Amino acid sequence: MRRRGLSFWAQLAFTLLLCAFLVTPIILSMLAGVTANYFVGLKSGLTLRWVEEVWRLYADTIFLSLRIAFACLGCTLLLGVPAAYALARRQGPAARLAEELLMMPVAVPGLATALALIVTYGGVGDLRSSWLFILIGHVLFTLPFMVRSVLAVMTSVDLRTLEEAAASLGAGFARRFFGVVLPNCASGILAGSLMVLTLSVGEFNLTWLLHTPMTKTLPVGLADSYASLRIEVGSAYTLVFFLMIVPSLILLQALARRARSNP
Amino acid sequence: MSLRDASSLLPPLRRGGRGRVRSGGRDLPLLAGMIAPAAAVFGAFFLLPLARLFAIGGGGAEGWAAYATILTDAGHRDGLIATVLLSAAVTAATLAASTVAGLFLVRHRFPGHALLVAMLTFPLAFPGVVVGFMVIMLAGRQGLLGTITQALFGGKLVFAYSMAGLFLGYLYFSIPRVILTVMAAAEKLDPRLEEAARSLGATRAQLVAHVILPALKPALLSAGALCFATAMGAFGTAFTLATRINVLPMIIYTEFTLQANLATAAALSLVLGLVTWAVLAAARSFAGSSVAAAG
Repeated sequence: MRRRGLSFWAQLAFTLLLCAFLVTPIILSMLAGVTANYFVGLKSGLTLRWVEEVWRLYADTIFLSLRIAFACLGCTLLLGVPAAYALARRQGPAARLAEELLMMPVAVPGLATALALIVTYGGVGDLRSSWLFILIGHVLFTLPFMVRSVLAVMTSVDLRTLEEAAASLGAGFARRFFGVVLPNCASGILAGSLMVLTLSVGEFNLTWLLHTPMTKTLPVGLADSYASLRIEVGSAYTLVFFLMIVPSLILLQALARRARSNP
Repeated sequence: MSLRDASSLLPPLRRGGRGRVRSGGRDLPLLAGMIAPAAAVFGAFFLLPLARLFAIGGGGAEGWAAYATILTDAGHRDGLIATVLLSAAVTAATLAASTVAGLFLVRHRFPGHALLVAMLTFPLAFPGVVVGFMVIMLAGRQGLLGTITQALFGGKLVFAYSMAGLFLGYLYFSIPRVILTVMAAAEKLDPRLEEAARSLGATRAQLVAHVILPALKPALLSAGALCFATAMGAFGTAFTLATRINVLPMIIYTEFTLQANLATAAALSLVLGLVTWAVLAAARSFAGSSVAAAG
């Protein structure tokens, strides 16, 4: 092994400091969520009291967030995968423009999108007070991620040769799409799906304006608890949120590592 | 800020790669049919509402002049200046910190390396409200820094509920994604360039200034633009920390909810959206296609 100079240790120290900046508050908040009295500290004992209180106060926000996230996943799969396929098959200015437009909800701040939805559809029937109103916002915001994930894989596998081979064997379009195209971009669909679920569960910008007292999602409840309840309850609620997104974050990191190791 | 700004998570696209199927016109109706549902939803729930919002922005008491209040109204102008300065400061700090750490992680392997990378990129998908809470945990009334300074100096350091807290929050939010971009770009650097520079007697500083940084420039430009755009439009963190922080998203929110001034809120949010989108588009055209490749 090469001898490490002073510069190595300085850079390592800096990187560790950065890591501490990111990780320390996560650990602190997780501890605070199970500490009897955070002001007194850990010596006040560990308890699940705050988690129970979160469950009592906010269980419905957790279920609503899960319902919206999975409905959003269904919508983005149905809308996004065929759209990505069409974009992968067509080159040229029209396809580029369509792609650019579809990415816009990521660039435009959520406040603007939410205001636009409210002024346009806020008065239509019961839509404003329905969870579907939030779902619409989430689908708009997450669709670009599904399209880009799938498109990235579709442009890196040799779809044309595969499809031509299948066509020469007499496979019709439906057979080619479901039997050849979809299995070959499974990794992109999986990554896109995890991304959509994670983003939907944590979406706040749009949701804060779109929600009503009857349709509170998890992040809306989080903001609520940070503002008005003791730090232990906010922490316990954050802990519940972490537990919900950690599995998909770990899977996403594993997928990214695999993609890096065999490009 | 929220995950809305997570576009750095979008995977890179390789334009015109070998996978592109050059289709004949035969499949055109079929392909049009496949993109039609997404296009319909997008048109009905995004383009149409934005057009409506644009009309409402010009339909208030001030008329189309509402679009100019971002410059003519002193409060709005101050908010805009504060937002731009904050976003620029966050971008500069994030780029500097992430480049040092990202380059270090790519160029050295040591025990615990994978764990360190995982921890540095873990907060990638945290929503703005949670990031705000993380800042409160560090620098809030019951925060770590307050406790430490209390014990050491007898005075409590609390700055979470101010511009400084917002700066810390945006830094927290941006570092993971910029580190990922820097690492992806640094892994593609050609080691031969560095060897050549070394063999010509370049010092370490010269190497960084003339070989490494220029090669990373497109990635840094695109990551910086995203970071800036994110900080401009961010809402959740400011909302969690304090409603009194005078940044543009909070001004829009206040106009809409407390003052019920829909026209002004509409005009301001569209201007903000336009600025954000323009920054991203400008970075893309300056850095060329490599911005897409850098993610």
